[in-house]
Amino acid sequence: MKSKFLAAGGAVAVVAAALTGCSAGGAEEASCTNEIVNADATQVDVWAWYPEFEAVVDLFNETHEDVQVCWTNAGQGNDEYTKFSTALEAGSGAPDVIQLESEVISSFSIRDGLVDLADYGASDVQGDYTEGAWKDVSSGDAVYAIPVDGGPMGMLYRQDILDEHGIAAPTTWDEFAAAAQALKDAGAPGVLADFPTNGRAYNQALFAQAGSVPFDYDNANPTKIGIDVNDEGSKKVLAYWNDLVEKGLVATDDAFTADYNTKLVDGSYAIYVAAAWGPGYLGGLSDADSDAEWRAAPVPQWDAANPVQINWGGSAFSVTSQAKDKEAAALVAKEIFGTEEAWKLGIEQAALFPLWKPILDSDYFRDLEYPFFGGQQINKDVFLEAAGGYTGFTFSPFQNYAYDQLTEQLFAMVEGEKDSATALDDLQISLEKYATEQGFTLK
Amino acid sequence: MTTHTTAAAPPVATRRRRAPRAGGSTLLRRRQRWGWLFVTPFLIVFATFLVFPLVYAFGMSLFTSTLATGTDFTGVGNYVKAFSDPLFLEGMLRVLAFAVVMIPAQLIVALAAALVLDTLATRLSKLSRLFIFVPYAIPGVIGALMWSFLYSPRFGPGATIFGAFGLETPDFLAADSIFGSLVNIVTWQWAGYYMVVIYAALRSIDPSIYEAARIDGANGWQTAMRIKVPMIGSSMVMVIMFALIGTLQFFTEPVVLRNVAQGAIDAAYTPNMYAYSLAFSYSQFNYASAIAFSLGALVFAGSFLFLFLTRKQSGLK
Repeated sequence: MKSKFLAAGGAVAVVAAALTGCSAGGAEEASCTNEIVNADATQVDVWAWYPEFEAVVDLFNETHEDVQVCWTNAGQGNDEYTKFSTALEAGSGAPDVIQLESEVISSFSIRDGLVDLADYGASDVQGDYTEGAWKDVSSGDAVYAIPVDGGPMGMLYRQDILDEHGIAAPTTWDEFAAAAQALKDAGAPGVLADFPTNGRAYNQALFAQAGSVPFDYDNANPTKIGIDVNDEGSKKVLAYWNDLVEKGLVATDDAFTADYNTKLVDGSYAIYVAAAWGPGYLGGLSDADSDAEWRAAPVPQWDAANPVQINWGGSAFSVTSQAKDKEAAALVAKEIFGTEEAWKLGIEQAALFPLWKPILDSDYFRDLEYPFFGGQQINKDVFLEAAGGYTGFTFSPFQNYAYDQLTEQLFAMVEGEKDSATALDDLQISLEKYATEQGFTLK
Repeated sequence: MTTHTTAAAPPVATRRRRAPRAGGSTLLRRRQRWGWLFVTPFLIVFATFLVFPLVYAFGMSLFTSTLATGTDFTGVGNYVKAFSDPLFLEGMLRVLAFAVVMIPAQLIVALAAALVLDTLATRLSKLSRLFIFVPYAIPGVIGALMWSFLYSPRFGPGATIFGAFGLETPDFLAADSIFGSLVNIVTWQWAGYYMVVIYAALRSIDPSIYEAARIDGANGWQTAMRIKVPMIGSSMVMVIMFALIGTLQFFTEPVVLRNVAQGAIDAAYTPNMYAYSLAFSYSQFNYASAIAFSLGALVFAGSFLFLFLTRKQSGLK
């Protein structure tokens, strides 16, 4: 009996130890992907998905005595946002500093997930960024992130394929449509381009080029929103693409799938309308045509006399409301990509397009030759002008939902279920309904 | 069968005889105390990881939180909304359609394989049993990823196979073929598992019954249909039960395929996916809880109804 009792007591002790062990586990240090140089300094947890980011982090840690960055890659885009959103709801688990695309800043600031950096010296670095870039991360006087890289858009094309069929690189959308027809008539195995129904920010940027301003929203007045996704500009753009789709002149493959990645580089599409990070994306893909000749040109225009520049993606660093030491976190957000050495790593190894003016305006960046483009100076030829002409964009505080709805409507359109105007009208109705359900007043 | 009863009988008898003699309820209570002690570790885990989250989620579902105006108590408001939400109802209808197609498909494959393997006694049959079971051993996500490549018009074998017959390759990921593609993945994955359950049930049938049937002049087909299938009724009910619950909670395969077919599989394709996107993509945790509970209630009701209707076959009566 006694031995049984002891055994039972032992079992309870083991269980108790195991349970307390669990609770003690939460207090342990977060594990970093990088090495911490100065272990005594304040540590700032950073989530970011930049390629080749480790070298940038190491550079920061080696040059900072009292603040050290502890970096984790928590996934790219939506994968990371899902984790961050859950951490916000749970009240703990978020990093101190997080990489975000400007399209989701309102979605998180409305949930009080981001710190207003105006209180932490954001204005000190405001002069280092263009007006458009700064507008993307701020709302009124509030600044919710420090810009890092941008996505001014251009047109990447296969010189060899266009030459083979005697087609000149289009400079307007009319020429683009004619080129698509010419390529098909010439019996080319591929098509001119892809129109992905899940292009999200890409589709949005194409609409914006024709003057679409889908959302009117200001964090200072967070319960009011204006929605206008079925304006004339958007309808014109979508009707144009739907026409190309119906004639079979462009593909409608989903973007960012393995199939799509292969088709981008194997000659299935002769033109890739892309952002400045596109060359880096292409360079990372396998199965490329070995004899492909890529060149970059400005994005086609609706009116060649009045070119409109657009932006697709790019990202920024925000300080989260769960940051332990907000001062240190703000310092990291401001300084991690605030040196020329860091940017040389970012440009040459990660193919980022800098928004930091000292490097953006430098001769080094303007004259940089890209081997992928046969030595073309793509910044000078295309992207610097595109970046300079960009004036900023306002996103909704439920952008993920808005994009999912856009994808659904575009898919219905290319399936032939509805025409382009109806698709956008239906989108307008669904977004207005959602905004009202979420407690917004429509402007 | 006989050994079972003899082995089980004595303890029952002794307990009945011993209990009153040893002082009755005191001992029983002391026994119960020990029982509770041994069950405690399980209960703690059960309460922490199941009961508490359920209660918490149910509590959440009674509130409504909007982006612009914050959180309010709305009682059953979310449930009223859920049962009039076309996205949720369409998803529910879709998984019911999956249940109607997918469960018979899995069952027929599993039953046929089990019956054939039960009749064979060669080494080949052991090997086949293993091969049919292998898909179940592959984690669901990996299996679905694998199929997403097989379905891919570019990487998949479709072009080669259909090309050999001079046919055009169908797009397995298009809006009108995705249903069949998903049915195929699930059947591939689960038929082997159900086959093992049914096979085990078949092995427990007393072979002398087959002998009697043979003497009465039954052929192989008649033995299978008239004797084997009715005798494994309870296992079949269990298998259908598993399949039904699994299908109503359909999630993994469509989520993985959504990566390559976003248009064909929308964010609310199944009720479970809808709850997931509401919570994690659109941060509507409260409404997502209500959707999850509504789905749970429907699954419970469906399972209960099914068990009630099959109470004769399953031996629950």
